[in-house]
Amino acid sequence: MFNTVDAYSAPPLWKNGPSPCAFHNFPGTNCENNDFTQHSQAPVTTATSVIAFTFNTGVIIGGDLLASYGSLARYRNCPRVMKVNDNIIMGAGGDYADFQYVKDLVDQKIIEEDCLDDGFKLKPRSLYCWLTRIMYNRRSRFDPFWNNFVVGGIQEGLPFLGTVDKLGTAYEDNAICTGYGAHLALPLIRDALEKNPLMSEEEAKALLTKCMEVLFYRDARSYPKYQIGVITDDGVKIEGPLEVSQKWDLAHMIH
Amino acid sequence: MFRNSYDYDVTIWSPQGRLFQVEYAIEAVKFGSAIVGLKNTTDAVLVSLKKASSDLAAFKKKIIEIDEYLGVTYSGLTADAKLLTRFLRNECLSYRYTENVCIPAERLLEKLSRKMHVATQRYDQRPFGVGMLVAGFDSKGPHIYEACPSGTFFNCKAMTLGGRCQSARTYLEKNFSSFPDCNLEEIIKHGLRALQSTLPKNLNLTNQNVSIGVVGADCEFKIFSDEEVYNHLLLIEGENHRPDCDEFDEEDDNNEVS
Amino acid sequence: MASVVPRPHYPDYSTAAPVNHHFSPYADNGGSIVAIAGDDYVVIGGDTRLSTGFQIYTRQQSKLFSLSKTTVLGCAGCWCDTLTLTRLLSARMQMYEQEHNKVMSTPAAAQMLSTVLYYKRFFPYYISNMLVGLDNDGKGCVYSYDPIGHCERSNYRAGGSAGALLQPLLDNQVGMKNMQNIKDESIPLERALAIIKDVFVSAAERDIYTGDGIHINIITKDGIKSDSFPLRKD
Repeated sequence: MFNTVDAYSAPPLWKNGPSPCAFHNFPGTNCENNDFTQHSQAPVTTATSVIAFTFNTGVIIGGDLLASYGSLARYRNCPRVMKVNDNIIMGAGGDYADFQYVKDLVDQKIIEEDCLDDGFKLKPRSLYCWLTRIMYNRRSRFDPFWNNFVVGGIQEGLPFLGTVDKLGTAYEDNAICTGYGAHLALPLIRDALEKNPLMSEEEAKALLTKCMEVLFYRDARSYPKYQIGVITDDGVKIEGPLEVSQKWDLAHMIH
Repeated sequence: MFRNSYDYDVTIWSPQGRLFQVEYAIEAVKFGSAIVGLKNTTDAVLVSLKKASSDLAAFKKKIIEIDEYLGVTYSGLTADAKLLTRFLRNECLSYRYTENVCIPAERLLEKLSRKMHVATQRYDQRPFGVGMLVAGFDSKGPHIYEACPSGTFFNCKAMTLGGRCQSARTYLEKNFSSFPDCNLEEIIKHGLRALQSTLPKNLNLTNQNVSIGVVGADCEFKIFSDEEVYNHLLLIEGENHRPDCDEFDEEDDNNEVS
Repeated sequence: MASVVPRPHYPDYSTAAPVNHHFSPYADNGGSIVAIAGDDYVVIGGDTRLSTGFQIYTRQQSKLFSLSKTTVLGCAGCWCDTLTLTRLLSARMQMYEQEHNKVMSTPAAAQMLSTVLYYKRFFPYYISNMLVGLDNDGKGCVYSYDPIGHCERSNYRAGGSAGALLQPLLDNQVGMKNMQNIKDESIPLERALAIIKDVFVSAAERDIYTGDGIHINIITKDGIKSDSFPLRKD
């Protein structure tokens, strides 16, 4: 700060040295005063996959409770399946701090809507669209929210499921998995939905449990405690923490 | 012209607790030609009388589309109405951009009334001299709202504003209990009859001076073509709903309003 | 700009390559668009696969967006840009309609798209756009774009991930290029539809970013008709 060289002050006495009347810069501590800002280039405390799919009368979303710090299983009670309002549930993966920030934005949005008290409630497709704008806006500023969001709900009597990633890429489908879930769980779900398109809530829960189990065995950043969110016409249920039933006695047979 | 000395600024109260500038703005609404808004259980209808500023000029547009399921009609200063409809359209577009749905009518009115209200609170502004009827349809059914220069808005079963609207009001008050049972054609007929009652004896409704806008469950907001207006006028041909005593004053000559 | 922070080196934990999370605002989400125009119609087809790399996001994403009753836009490339661009365009279409009391014509929409794209010249929408519709004479037209707004009108075009694969095929089948004793006449609608289905089947064979199915829009003076057709899903 004291070494800023502008047109009015004298140049440094020697290269990288102090200007007259300024402090000396020790090598390696040269702190340049610049106008650049360093944006988040990488996620820090991350949560892994989100598993979601539609069934007969609603949508189910699951996610475990771990927030990792790189390969360190740092925080082991981080819920990331949330109720937004009576119409919507949301799941998130990726940077946990970014999720908490966006969650605050969403919660504030719901509060403001409640304050209007006009009887209109945010619908899942609207929240999904709004999230694409938020995420796209931040990616355009090169300062993305490092998340994958999955929005589930009931709109016009039909189950809705959509996802938004850190770029604002968004799509709807009847089965959506993020992170490793896209590789490990999504094929299982697509297969199950193809065989049984009108799955009941119980069957959906059983399938999700199976997926969490598979993920726990193979995804090194997963955790045996997880939550599930279910939304049907009867409303929203966030269940958990549930436990993956582990069975390692055949581990020695797998190489 | 001056009522007293408490009206030279909108921020000045009279000792009786009145804001004369706001009341004058409400008077400006009455200079415009009559407009009627009414609804049944599925549709909201706007019916307006168009005015030409002179025989040589074309009729001004009185019903304006705001969004897929929203339309307005106005009475009062045309330029103020233009500014406000532009504002409404912008609000609708930005709501649609972020939320992917048409804004509910009540939320839009909340924004509109806030804008109109601000103009009654600042010494460097004047109230908008325009009254608006907004027809909208959303998940709660059809709506007619009245927005007033004072910055308040009302959810109405039926409403009329503008010059000589008293007789239309009488007609609506007499008939509004039957509106929910009407079908779309009947409700438009009621609107036309109410509008006709505001006319002096020597003037009649034609497809030139009448404008009809409809929004409903299965129809986006739509302004009727001349031909459609003509067809609906045929339905009430020969009827006369003007009050018996004709005490109308002369047509005013203020070209700023419509 | 981002200075390299020296990190302590632990040989036991070293990996083959340093992991660098570099943020790129773009993604290649694949997809192909093919359009053919005739004297009184235009058809546009887009596949329904949305993917990134080897991962398929969804198999049922239409890439066609109708801007008006006579204009359809097909987009392939960066999907987040597509979503934003199409929202912006539909808002602009609505503004135009309200301001001018008429629906924007296809040539006008084509010019607007070019302007909108060029406005982002230095941070472009990374999309291969194809805008089709009927021009002011009722004749089918296809406008194709590069990501920064260069616009060209033609009678047939292939774009997106299999664009380079399909364009020569269309040159041969629709444009009748480099052939002798060929009558220069436009092809009928049925033939155009058959060609579109055939070229997408071919593209799905050779391009992993194209597949799952196609959505087709047929635009005539009577409006837009939709059609769909399955492709291989692997």
